Amino acid sequence: MADLSIVFAGIKAPNPFWLASAPPTDKAYNVVRAFEAGWGGVVWKTLGEDPAAVNVSSRYSAHFGANRLVQGINNIELITDRSLEINLREITQVKKDWPDRALIVSLMVPCEEESWKFILPLVEATGADGIELNFGCPHGMPERGMGAAVGQVPEYVEMVTRWCKTYCSLPVIVKLTPNITDIRQSARAAHRGGADAVSLINTINSITSVDLDRMVAHPIVGDQSTHGGYCGSAVKPIALNMVAEIARDPQTRGLPICGIGGIGNWRDAAEFIALGSGAVQVCTAAMLHGFRIVEDMQDGLSRWMDQHGHQSLEAFRGQAVAHTTDWKYLDINYQVIAKIDQDACIGCGRCHIACEDTSHQAIDSTVKADGTHIYSVIDQECVGCNLCQITCPVENCIEMVPQDTGKPYLNWTQDPRNPYREAS
Amino acid sequence: MIDALKHLPRPRAGAEQLADNFGDLAPPLTARQAAVESARCLYCFDAPCINACPSDIDIPSFIHRISDDNLQGAAEKILSANILGGSCARVCPTEILCQQACVRNSAQECAPVLIGLLQRYAVDNANFSEHPFKRSPASGKRIAVVGAGPAGLSCAHRLAMHGHDVVIYEAQEKAGGLNEYGIARYKLVDDYAQREVDFLLGIGGIEICHGQRLGANLSLTELHQQYDSVFLGVGLNAVRQLGLADEEAPGLLAATEYIRELRQADDLSQLPLAERCLVIGAGNTAIDMAVQMSRLGARDVNLVYRRGHADMGATEHEQDIAKANQVRLHTWARPDAVLLDDMGRVRGMRFIRTEMADGRLRDTGESFELAADAIFKAIGQRFDDASLSDPLAAQLARDGERIRVDQCLRTSLPGVYAGGDCTALGQDLTVEAVQHGKLAAEAIHAQLMLNVEAA
Repeated sequence: MADLSIVFAGIKAPNPFWLASAPPTDKAYNVVRAFEAGWGGVVWKTLGEDPAAVNVSSRYSAHFGANRLVQGINNIELITDRSLEINLREITQVKKDWPDRALIVSLMVPCEEESWKFILPLVEATGADGIELNFGCPHGMPERGMGAAVGQVPEYVEMVTRWCKTYCSLPVIVKLTPNITDIRQSARAAHRGGADAVSLINTINSITSVDLDRMVAHPIVGDQSTHGGYCGSAVKPIALNMVAEIARDPQTRGLPICGIGGIGNWRDAAEFIALGSGAVQVCTAAMLHGFRIVEDMQDGLSRWMDQHGHQSLEAFRGQAVAHTTDWKYLDINYQVIAKIDQDACIGCGRCHIACEDTSHQAIDSTVKADGTHIYSVIDQECVGCNLCQITCPVENCIEMVPQDTGKPYLNWTQDPRNPYREAS
Repeated sequence: MIDALKHLPRPRAGAEQLADNFGDLAPPLTARQAAVESARCLYCFDAPCINACPSDIDIPSFIHRISDDNLQGAAEKILSANILGGSCARVCPTEILCQQACVRNSAQECAPVLIGLLQRYAVDNANFSEHPFKRSPASGKRIAVVGAGPAGLSCAHRLAMHGHDVVIYEAQEKAGGLNEYGIARYKLVDDYAQREVDFLLGIGGIEICHGQRLGANLSLTELHQQYDSVFLGVGLNAVRQLGLADEEAPGLLAATEYIRELRQADDLSQLPLAERCLVIGAGNTAIDMAVQMSRLGARDVNLVYRRGHADMGATEHEQDIAKANQVRLHTWARPDAVLLDDMGRVRGMRFIRTEMADGRLRDTGESFELAADAIFKAIGQRFDDASLSDPLAAQLARDGERIRVDQCLRTSLPGVYAGGDCTALGQDLTVEAVQHGKLAAEAIHAQLMLNVEAA
């Protein structure tokens, strides 16, 4: 079996699957259960200054798909609501009992040097492997001048990171908020401040749904609600993009990335690793299914690595980064055309109506004698958009076939149709 | 009480147990089941299921609405195409209609979407506070509908919707036709048929006159004179005969007669029980008869058909129901003689084995006997010629014994329309009768409005 062990920003772990700073890592009881289940590491739920934060009831809401499939969870919980002393004591014990697992401590204190100077030695004394700076929490904490309020200002990110590097010898991971316009600005700031790694994404500002009888959004507190932080499967595409943006940014090249956002299985994890992540953090999937999922994640990832001859994560880490580029460098002359496997087609007509109403009228519908339909692609009309393949309920029924156009690679910067083309 | 069977014993089981035996054959979906099942629908475009539905229900749309938690919208979508969508959901042979056509009805897709049960779920749970369809302004036209079965009711409702006034003439005490008198009890339980009629009449403008039988105390000539149009939905009211001696002996009767009694019975424990029961026929009525007798407690239920399984009118699904209810299916045997005991009552039947030779059914010469306390004929219904005995009715062109109609359900007499089992269209399904009634109403409406414009 492939070796899943990692050394991430100097931190060793038996596998890349870490639990993110969140309710599952709130206290020793949960963390020990997680380690027993096989998690390679945990980021302990964010510590702060005493007095501890106070939480409301209720706290979570979800965005559901068909059959109550949870696509995303929204939460309005704050950082730990337990005292600093209890958390530090438990962290010390757990690290002592589980020396081979990564134990990172998430921190959030006011944006003042003294506050950091106070807490960092206490954390270091626990024996923890590293710290993660929570600059991302989008609710509650910004109103106290912490969390996203810091993460949204690159100068603050750099400043606090530098304090941490000054007053603490542990690896510093800066957790980035996605609630900004350009994630690279925050990553660059962390890099300038001396961060050993960045982790992303934290949760996204969200309201999942509205109770139309009570006319109040979820989760409901009394007769009010507030926006929370969104996570889970639905945010994965956003997270993957932000990870890729940082991975291919020349200014932060080589900066270790811990991928977070909607990872629920080995394939999700492999995708984050392919886009440059050296470790991944999971929360929502564990909250939905329990810690046992890590066993399936490890099993699936190592089997896939075996099948592809990858002996370690480093063997394929970042391999998709070089293939991620700006739109302007894409090959204008590349062409695919949809092809429908008539034997696999079940005749639902979804490809046809999607193309007919909303795309390029490239799928013909012919009625057979028995009243059923045959759907076929009109090659000349097909632009290769993938929509039909996306709407098709049968896997591998519609194939996007690359065409031999006989034309060379040509990108938009070179294309004669581009009025802003750079003179060659 | 059925005279021909009054010598038979009563079921051993108590009323409560029997009521249980005749509960829903296919129990309704729960909200959770409906959510799961509706999400399986692929929301096909030009959906094969719609094409397979004789009443043109927009199935993907109503299922999508169930999935969207819009049950009233779902029910209205169904009822706008088929006002008897509630009973059709229960009695339709979906396995040869919508669910057979469902794109998920393949090995790769596991199983078809349970369209019938979803339709029932929507209609049963819509809870309309008032009738969902509004009548157009009164047209001043009056139409006579003969027969308050699915065809007549459907026709009446659509006509009422278009603003016409309708009088339905019905021979029986209750409206509903075969839904009330002819469907297996476990397929259409409780008083659903009557509740559905009440719902349908909720649109207003429809009057039902009971005890009115065409050819007896009602004539087409008069109706034609008194009304702007006439719709005939009289069904098939005569029973086919076996053509054997002693066919009127105690213990031998039409399955429809017994089913009718069974459906109307308040206490099933008072019905006559044929411990050893013989059913002759191979359609759904034959299966209904056999299974119901089995559920009443009969020990030995045999169904005999002169041809093979593949030729049976009953669908495979129906045959499976029979087998699951310990009904033995005998094929390739035809009735030869009714066997009587000393008292002149049925004690069994002799059959002659049959086979196919050169595409024709013939006797093999071999015979056998089956003992029976009662024999039920379920070899089909015939058109009752007496209903068309008056001079005008006698002029109606016929297709064989049934009334000839064109695609607009027009008979050969101007202003007279017909639909349902009394015509030669289709396979005598409830859902087809509903469609005929609806289309006839549209044709009548179009014709009457044309006349108004021309005047």
